[in-house]
Amino acid sequence: MYALFVLVPFLSSFILNLPFRKLNKRLSFGVGAALFLLQMAVIIIPGLGLDKINPAVLANIFNFDLGADALSRVMLFCIGLVAFVTLCANSLFLKDSDDKFNFINMLLIAVAGMNGIVLAKDIFSLYVFLEITAVASFILIAFNREELGLEGAFKYILLSSIATVLMIAGIALFFLASGSTNFAAIHSALLAQDKSLLINLAMALFLSALFIKAGLMPFHGWVPDAYTAAPAAASVFLAGIITKTAGVYVLIRILVSITGFSLTIKSVLLFIGAFSAIIGALAALTQSDFKRMLSYSSISQMGYIILGVGSGTVLGLAGAALHIFNHAVFKSLLFVNSAAVEKALGSRDINKMGGLGSRMPITSLTSVLGSLSCAGIPPLAGFWSKLIIIIALWSAGYQAYAVIAILGSILTLAYFLCLQRSVFFGKLNAEFKNIKEAGFSLVFPALLLAVIIVGVGIFLPLALDKFILSFNTLLGG
Amino acid sequence: MLSAIFVVLLLAIGVYCILATYNLIRVLIGIEILIKAVTLLIIAAGRQSGNMALAQAMVVSIIVIEVVIMTIAVGVVLGIHHHSNSLDSRNIRKLKG
Amino acid sequence: MFLDLIILILLVLAALWTVMTRSLLRAAMGLALASAILTLIMFNMDASLAAVFELSVCAGLIPVLFISVISLTQPLTFKEALEHMRARLARFWVLPLIVIILGIILVLISVKFKAPLPAAQTQASARFVLWHLRQFDLLGQIIILFGGVFGVVVLFKERKKSA
Repeated sequence: MYALFVLVPFLSSFILNLPFRKLNKRLSFGVGAALFLLQMAVIIIPGLGLDKINPAVLANIFNFDLGADALSRVMLFCIGLVAFVTLCANSLFLKDSDDKFNFINMLLIAVAGMNGIVLAKDIFSLYVFLEITAVASFILIAFNREELGLEGAFKYILLSSIATVLMIAGIALFFLASGSTNFAAIHSALLAQDKSLLINLAMALFLSALFIKAGLMPFHGWVPDAYTAAPAAASVFLAGIITKTAGVYVLIRILVSITGFSLTIKSVLLFIGAFSAIIGALAALTQSDFKRMLSYSSISQMGYIILGVGSGTVLGLAGAALHIFNHAVFKSLLFVNSAAVEKALGSRDINKMGGLGSRMPITSLTSVLGSLSCAGIPPLAGFWSKLIIIIALWSAGYQAYAVIAILGSILTLAYFLCLQRSVFFGKLNAEFKNIKEAGFSLVFPALLLAVIIVGVGIFLPLALDKFILSFNTLLGG
Repeated sequence: MLSAIFVVLLLAIGVYCILATYNLIRVLIGIEILIKAVTLLIIAAGRQSGNMALAQAMVVSIIVIEVVIMTIAVGVVLGIHHHSNSLDSRNIRKLKG
Repeated sequence: MFLDLIILILLVLAALWTVMTRSLLRAAMGLALASAILTLIMFNMDASLAAVFELSVCAGLIPVLFISVISLTQPLTFKEALEHMRARLARFWVLPLIVIILGIILVLISVKFKAPLPAAQTQASARFVLWHLRQFDLLGQIIILFGGVFGVVVLFKERKKSA
């Protein structure tokens, strides 16, 4: 029945393309919204649908090898959430109904791809669905066929193909070492042999590919260009979930299910995580384009997640997963706000903005909430994930890295305060006197995400120990 | 393994092609050479470990994926040409920072 | 064994020619040639299904794709082209040297990878594996082809209004 997560988006996209074009175009928004809400609901409300669907019927026709654990469930929820937000945010930007239809179809295919990534239990199937997601994101970045968008798309294609080549090389070496591509088979083969040159080379190749995909330094070259040049709704999708699923989730999955946490791997992860967190934050301080600053901020937050993973403990993994969720929420919120600002003003130059808070109250309020959550201020949601990561680093014996993490938090607060001050507070620029608040389809997702940030921040401590304990199976099993 | 040496040579050729060219289409050709190199690596790995059937299934999937990626890349290159009328990679440095 | 070596060397030579040749059309032809040689290698290693795919797609479809792009994007004028070729040679002449030196180094340090043979050697045919054991991959291929079609529609559609 996990196969439904992949089959349903794909089949809906397929059915939407059968004849009856006019009816389908009007239905497409509703179908997409219903699907993404359903995906979120199935994860949160236990016993809603997963048990009731008869697995025997499907198992006779298809023979898929899928499985989900705590981490996959978190990812499935995030995928549904960010896809829904993107769907809403998109309605204001694309006017042509053909374009809207194509966009929604690409969203459905990307969601099918990402669901396949988080549910796969075989390294080659994981790669195939990773490519599906990559192709969908190429098309989303180049959607408007404007000059900047195509340039960003080309750079992304180049670096993604290099990551593809490295990944296939890693898979080939794992295949050589174990004779199969199943997670369990590779894991047992790795346990049975010594750490030979072959296995180390395979791990190095695969990890490099994943660092490129996740946009960590020093492989981050494509991230600012792709995020900035993509159309506004595509940026929300890209920053909110695609980079995280394609890079960070696969990294965690490989480490947990195949290679385990050796000392070398942990040191590499901690170093690259700290490097990305600090340098990304420093680079964000110097930017003058709204979206470019947000993209460097994303690089920095990816570094945080990798710091949590690099600690190698259950607490660290739980903190990383929680930060993945939080980042999906607050980064999507900030990109939705930047889309609203761009729509109202027609420019993304921070130096020209100022005092927008008086004209766009909801946008500025939600933006402040998103920024504070990113910087880790209590009682918002971001505070908890950063706290857990710092505690995990400290208790695992990496005190230096915990201090670096705190330093990174301070830098994050700094650049976001600069951003807020120059965009939303201060004096209103004369030429922007007549702007209005963004339309409903941009305000609604912003409010939804802000409510989630505040809600999770306040209510998380009640469920915190259950959340962390559910990650025990990842490392123990 | 004999083929491993040639795989590395092909990888080197592909990487050099991507780094040293100013033409966008040659970049795509370089990517193609890299993918051929890893295809050879998978077949060699399959031959060595005896599971040739799985290796062939993987190669088939990789070829399908490669075709789709090349098609999209060609579309993007055509779009860039439409805008700036040249395929020089030195001209597409508009995104800075 | 000797035949393997000859064909592999031919593959590297074809790739080298593809990269170093001046005209883009010849580069696309070189790509087709390299794919054809790779097909021979795969046939030699008992990978007949993959070889057929490689021949029909990578030596057929992809060069056609490249040649159509190359024809649609007209190259430079004659004088620019001449100057471009001279400048090109200056950048690319070092590649064959690199390849030869790298080849010698690799042969000398031929580290014997301890590639363990797995316990069970499946004698299943490729078709059986593809259709029955790797159905998830097949679904993935169908989805990506579908996505590719959408990409073509989005990227190649005639513009209704000029940008």
